[in-house]
Amino acid sequence: MKEIILLKDGEIALKGLNRSTFEDMLIKNIKERISSLGEFSYRKAQSTIVVTPENEDIDLDEAVSRIGKVFGTVGIARAAVCEKDIDIIRQTAYDYLKDDLMFAKTFKVTAKRADKNFPLKSPEICDEVGGYLLSKIRGLKVDVHNPEVTVAVEVRDNGVYIHGKQLPGAGGMPTGTAGRACLLISGGIDSPVAGYMIAKRGVRLTAVHFASPPYTSELAEMKVHELLGKVSMYSGRINLFTVPFTEIQEAIRDYCPEEMFTVTMRRIMMKLSSRIAEWQGAEALITGESLGQVASQTIHALKCTDECATLPVFRPCIGMDKNEIVIISRKIDTFDISIRPYEDCCTVFTPRHPRTRPTPKYAREVEAMIPDLDKMMDKAFEGAVLKIIEAYKS
Amino acid sequence: MENYLDNSATTRVCPEAAQAALSVMTDIYGNPSAVHSSGVKAKNVLENSRRTLADALSVDASEIYFSHSGTLANNTAIFGAAALRRKMGNRIITTKLEHPSVMRCMDSLEEQGFQIVRLSPGKNGAFEPEELLNAINKNTILVSVMLVNNEIGAINPVELISRAVKRVSAPALIHVDAIQAFGKMKVKPSKTGIDLLTVSGHKIHAPKGVGALYVRKGLGIKPTVLGGGQEGNLFSGTEALPAIAGFAEAVKALPDISRQYETTKNLRDYTLSMLKDIPQVVINSPSDALPNIINMSVMGIPSQVLINYLSERGIYISAGSACKKGHRSDVLTAIGLPPKVIDSAVRVSFSRYTTKEEAEIFVSAIKDAVNNIRTKI
Repeated sequence: MKEIILLKDGEIALKGLNRSTFEDMLIKNIKERISSLGEFSYRKAQSTIVVTPENEDIDLDEAVSRIGKVFGTVGIARAAVCEKDIDIIRQTAYDYLKDDLMFAKTFKVTAKRADKNFPLKSPEICDEVGGYLLSKIRGLKVDVHNPEVTVAVEVRDNGVYIHGKQLPGAGGMPTGTAGRACLLISGGIDSPVAGYMIAKRGVRLTAVHFASPPYTSELAEMKVHELLGKVSMYSGRINLFTVPFTEIQEAIRDYCPEEMFTVTMRRIMMKLSSRIAEWQGAEALITGESLGQVASQTIHALKCTDECATLPVFRPCIGMDKNEIVIISRKIDTFDISIRPYEDCCTVFTPRHPRTRPTPKYAREVEAMIPDLDKMMDKAFEGAVLKIIEAYKS
Repeated sequence: MENYLDNSATTRVCPEAAQAALSVMTDIYGNPSAVHSSGVKAKNVLENSRRTLADALSVDASEIYFSHSGTLANNTAIFGAAALRRKMGNRIITTKLEHPSVMRCMDSLEEQGFQIVRLSPGKNGAFEPEELLNAINKNTILVSVMLVNNEIGAINPVELISRAVKRVSAPALIHVDAIQAFGKMKVKPSKTGIDLLTVSGHKIHAPKGVGALYVRKGLGIKPTVLGGGQEGNLFSGTEALPAIAGFAEAVKALPDISRQYETTKNLRDYTLSMLKDIPQVVINSPSDALPNIINMSVMGIPSQVLINYLSERGIYISAGSACKKGHRSDVLTAIGLPPKVIDSAVRVSFSRYTTKEEAEIFVSAIKDAVNNIRTKI
């Protein structure tokens, strides 16, 4: 039996003349994710994308699981394809879905006749298929309101598709349709979630990580690679820049008042990230900041760090509680990686009593206490190392 | 150049052991339980390996059971002994300094209703004989004490235990975890009244994946893992023959123990004399510890930062024990070190391959670290 994958467009369907650009990008992203599984062909048809495997031994379970993480679809279904003949349709529906139907108490059949040349009308298709299934499977009942299994029959120009349950898609907009943004990632719970949320709206990701060896370990960097690996299952390829940050952090420690360590560090991170972002052609920065979560994330501290960014700063977690962020991090499977206990750049030289209400003026004065900061920032920028993170390719 | 000073975590496999493992993997790969000649050849390797290990411990080959790890052997020894003696009493004596593979078993037995007495270490990190005498009574069914502590190298006077047991005529079995000690000092369980003793291969330049339990003849403890009945039904599961053969070769390759002990002691003393010049260095290991292990703190530098710093320079050491991450060491807490010292504690562990030059490079890197790293605000 030939099987295909049907994808239902989400918001894309609402687009006007741009619609095909969005669909093409969605197909491109899907290709990127599943091409390593084998050869597929792609066809756009009536707000549906049909993905057809071209070899027999393709792992469709894996393909569906990967496609389920590609932004831009609201639903995914695996379907059997058959000829436009009602006897064959009935038999195919039975063969394809009998395992589900045998363990269900109730079902219904829905039919969609896109090809108006097909001799039976939709209700007649439902009767034929439903009657056949009732006669073959004992104890099965029809429930049109709340069925356990829905047998969907779509008669289309190219053939008939028969499928059972539809799985939810990843939602959002196809990555790459909304430009690029640069994610500041530490290794904690919040930043991967922030990256995921913005990527969901169609944005491609560049990521910046600040490493301060020996205060931070190799394991902390590996953790960031793994986190972004998970995010890239959704967002596609991520360019990660790891910035050597030890010298600057030591200078902050040596020259700045302790209570301002974190804010000063965050300001410099914003500046360096802006530089990398602009150089990468990104249009915005992304952080995992959540209002009031820690001292550097009070409204006052954010005002001090925000002014250092030369691009808009997206903070999708800003109004979320920790547990709300955790729910998403569990969903995208980053939580267990995030909680591994390695020091990251944000926990080195943590002040005992950070200032929670710094002013931008004072923050600028403190920053000016660091001699040769510009030179050190140039060095950090030039020392940044690129690693390309791409899911399913290691 | 690599400077591996984490030999208490694990060791590099010696050439003899690697060769033996390879030959078992590619030539003598039969299942020792099989009756055809490929299996018989494998069975011969297994039994020869058993004899080699038995000779090294001065025990009978029938008293040696190969397990798949030191942890498994410790679990089997403790749960097996508790099950065997549970009708005779309820009290078990151990120390506060045991490896997690003993400590967690004790916690579990405590939940099951056994009374666990955990001896505190004295200043030198070993248990005090008087404490043992006070703790032991007629109701005691098991005493489990490690011979050498894995974090600080303290040596426990395990030879006194059987005398304490006899003194009160307790039904207690004696288990000794000798994983850190074996191959580095004389370990002779039958001469010191020990009933159960654990060793592990990968600490003495054998491959990972093999440990062994000495069980005094006639003891008949029950397994914790059930299956095909291999290793006298004590450790079911197909024998890890490549690792076992490697273990035996590693045992054969061990140098004369007392002479090696002296050599390592000289290296340790030399290292300590160099470290004396660095005022920030505090030595946490007792002076009479096994010379392979130096536990020390470089004040002001958290353990992980020092490890990272040295790691960048190809020098590999660990924070306390490599077996558990992210917790303040129970052992260092138990010997009464202040938190500040514990948070900076690292463990340097030598093997017989460690050279004077490597020790010098290590000390000079510590000097660099002291000059370059400042985490204190």
